[in-house]
Amino acid sequence: MLERSDNGNTFPILAVVTGIVVLWYLAAVWMNAPWAYDQAQRANTALSLTQLLGSTMVQERPVLPAPHQVAAELWDTIVNKPITSKRSLVYHAWITLSATLLGFALGTTFGVLLAVLIVHNVAADKSLMPWIIATQTIPILAIAPMIIVVLNAIGISGLLPKALISTYLSFFPVAVGMVKGLRSPEPTFLDLMRTYNASGLQTFWKLKWPSALPYLFISMKVAVAISLVGAIVWPAPITARPSRSGPRCSWRQPSSPFSSGWSASFTASLNVGWGGRHERRMAILRHRFLAGGLGDE
Amino acid sequence: MLAPDTQTTSVVSAKGLSLTYRTHQGHVHALSNIDLDIGSHEFVSFIGPSGCGKTTFLRVIADLEAPTSGTISVNGMTPKEAREARAYGYVFQAPALYPWRTVEKNIALPLEIMGYPREERQERIGRLLDLVDLAGFGKKFPWQLSGGMQQRASIARALVFDADLLLMDEPFGALDEIVRDHLNEQLLKLWERTGKTICFVTHSIPEAVYLSTKIVVMSPRPGRVTDIIISPLPKERPLDIRETPEFLAVAHRIRQGLRAGHSYEE
Repeated sequence: MLERSDNGNTFPILAVVTGIVVLWYLAAVWMNAPWAYDQAQRANTALSLTQLLGSTMVQERPVLPAPHQVAAELWDTIVNKPITSKRSLVYHAWITLSATLLGFALGTTFGVLLAVLIVHNVAADKSLMPWIIATQTIPILAIAPMIIVVLNAIGISGLLPKALISTYLSFFPVAVGMVKGLRSPEPTFLDLMRTYNASGLQTFWKLKWPSALPYLFISMKVAVAISLVGAIVWPAPITARPSRSGPRCSWRQPSSPFSSGWSASFTASLNVGWGGRHERRMAILRHRFLAGGLGDE
Repeated sequence: MLAPDTQTTSVVSAKGLSLTYRTHQGHVHALSNIDLDIGSHEFVSFIGPSGCGKTTFLRVIADLEAPTSGTISVNGMTPKEAREARAYGYVFQAPALYPWRTVEKNIALPLEIMGYPREERQERIGRLLDLVDLAGFGKKFPWQLSGGMQQRASIARALVFDADLLLMDEPFGALDEIVRDHLNEQLLKLWERTGKTICFVTHSIPEAVYLSTKIVVMSPRPGRVTDIIISPLPKERPLDIRETPEFLAVAHRIRQGLRAGHSYEE
């Protein structure tokens, strides 16, 4: 199907990346300049433009690290540290990634089950939606420590509480998307099933579920991004409260200024890439469905 | 009116059938006192303007709508029992093929639901694809087919489980005239080969006259039958028959029936 392995994307991607790097350098100079000037003032010296450019590139605690500083740090934390060390970026990335993925998987499953219930049960339909929306209005920064502390108190600790925060955030887009998706088949398709005297289960698997898949993949894209936010945000409000396990150990996570941000970007791009492949197939199918039509000419 | 014919059994029998929708604008009499008998092996066309109840009548036969009064029996059973016994195949105006399934799999859909074993499914699908001239297109997806081909696939799907009654709701309405002529011919040949009873809803007077053994002329507000015409045309019908005087006489009678039902007025 694809005639070129890169799909004709190489040049545009390179162009965009180059543009971003250039803008980044400019922004680094602009944002690190105040501190550089401040330092020069304290030493009672003046800064020429070349000196300014030079000093903004090598600051130890810059406002915006320059690309080469980030690259050096990445190299250091990925390659120079053993993977199991707490200073390794790979280790930190895995902590965030594992919580994200588990939370996302649980959230998707729960969201799908909830949607199936809402679509097939009138009482559930009328009562559940307001509650589901209400859960999303509670700030995650308030909920997250509560979940962790409560679960630790009953002995559940480690990966699961962190994953559950991601679950809490990610089930909502999946549930909402799936409800729409399961209700998307048009009346003619449903009538067709009726003429075959198909059972509810047959109608579900042969009609409603396939119709809902495009909506599911779109929702999953949103859910994975939100799930990542949940996995990153949760350690923030937790104070150094000693406890047997998870929270204390992982509180030391953000050990370098770059690691959380970069592990976030890394896992996000991984997830979007993986989800994107799947979604591409469904997107093609969806496009054909809408463009090819049902024979209306 | 219809002369009693002891040779054919009654496939659809309606007496005093009425269907009224209650809307906030008042009552809509979609069907009003329909008395009709359809015997086996007949090709019956329902013709009339929009709102005359022809599609509604078809849907009542299919148990997709419920009448508000009167009786109707399909194959001697209630429409619900007939639907549960899978006594008919329904062809909609849009082909209604599932876009995520190939043509083969679409035709297989009723067979999967009804629990036919795989070998029999394969055999039936092959036979039906040949019957509607779509051999070799089984592995294609619906969007890869033209409108006429999609509709043929839809007809194949309606025939695949050997129901004796075929209900068709303006199946060629969305197609251009040339494709329509071709499909009309094919449908007639199919009818002769399979001997099914066909109820065919259409807007087109020439189509109704060309295809049917019996034509039911309907009018709106309230939906009722204004005329039932037994076609004098012979069984062998090349497309040229549409220029013969007998054909035009039947078409003229249909127009008279439509005029009597005030179909040509606002």
